[in-house]
Amino acid sequence: MSVLDSVKFDADGYLEDPKVWNKEIAEAIAKREGVTLTERSWIVINYARKEFETKGEAPTLRAITKNTEVDTKELYSLFPGGPGKLAAKVSGLHKPTGCI
Amino acid sequence: MAETKPRKLAIIASKGSLDMAYPPLILANAARMAGVEVDIFFTFWGLDIITLKKMNKLNVAVVGNPSMHPWFHIPTLLGIIPGMSAAASAMMRSEIAKLDFPPVGEFVQLVCDAGAHLYGCKMSMDMMKLTEKDLVCDAKVLGAMEFIEMSEGAQLLFV
Repeated sequence: MSVLDSVKFDADGYLEDPKVWNKEIAEAIAKREGVTLTERSWIVINYARKEFETKGEAPTLRAITKNTEVDTKELYSLFPGGPGKLAAKVSGLHKPTGCI
Repeated sequence: MAETKPRKLAIIASKGSLDMAYPPLILANAARMAGVEVDIFFTFWGLDIITLKKMNKLNVAVVGNPSMHPWFHIPTLLGIIPGMSAAASAMMRSEIAKLDFPPVGEFVQLVCDAGAHLYGCKMSMDMMKLTEKDLVCDAKVLGAMEFIEMSEGAQLLFV
């Protein structure tokens, strides 16, 4: 039984309640999405979680690249197939509403 | 079950004013964020967006532009006064920066780094006497027919 069986997701695959998120869930979501998490991925995830705790929503990719050491090219290589969606999914957050 | 191909977006950017440079860049970037493949064909004045000497000097037209409200509405007759377009452009750049959107040059680089492919229209390049060296580093020169062939199966957007 996967750790994901015990939590709820919305129709697009985002965690319904970001507060139940933990690192084990992040790893399981990443596996489901076909993403391998590295130390660098965790820089992004930890920043996204910190932003969520203070602002209540997922950060924009621009905020991630401006405020962490991960640049745009690396962000796309860490979350291949669309970092806008994947970084938020793995971080257990809702779909980002920002346009950039 | 049929094999699902990755979604593709082909954008034709034909306008080079400051206000018309942002829509193709924002949409291209949004598509890349969502994992959609993107090709952008810059043609006619749209070429200014990826021309190194022009990309950071794009202006918004004030004469004959009824859409400047609410933050800088200029009646057409006053719009012909020298400096009006520059003032309106500076105002727009500052409004865009407040929203944390980068200036055009930086935005083009961002879209490149995000994996969008940029192409300068060959005919427009010849008309404006430009070569690939005049374009932002990642852009390639391409004929219209090649772009049409390349965008087979893509959703097409004309700006």
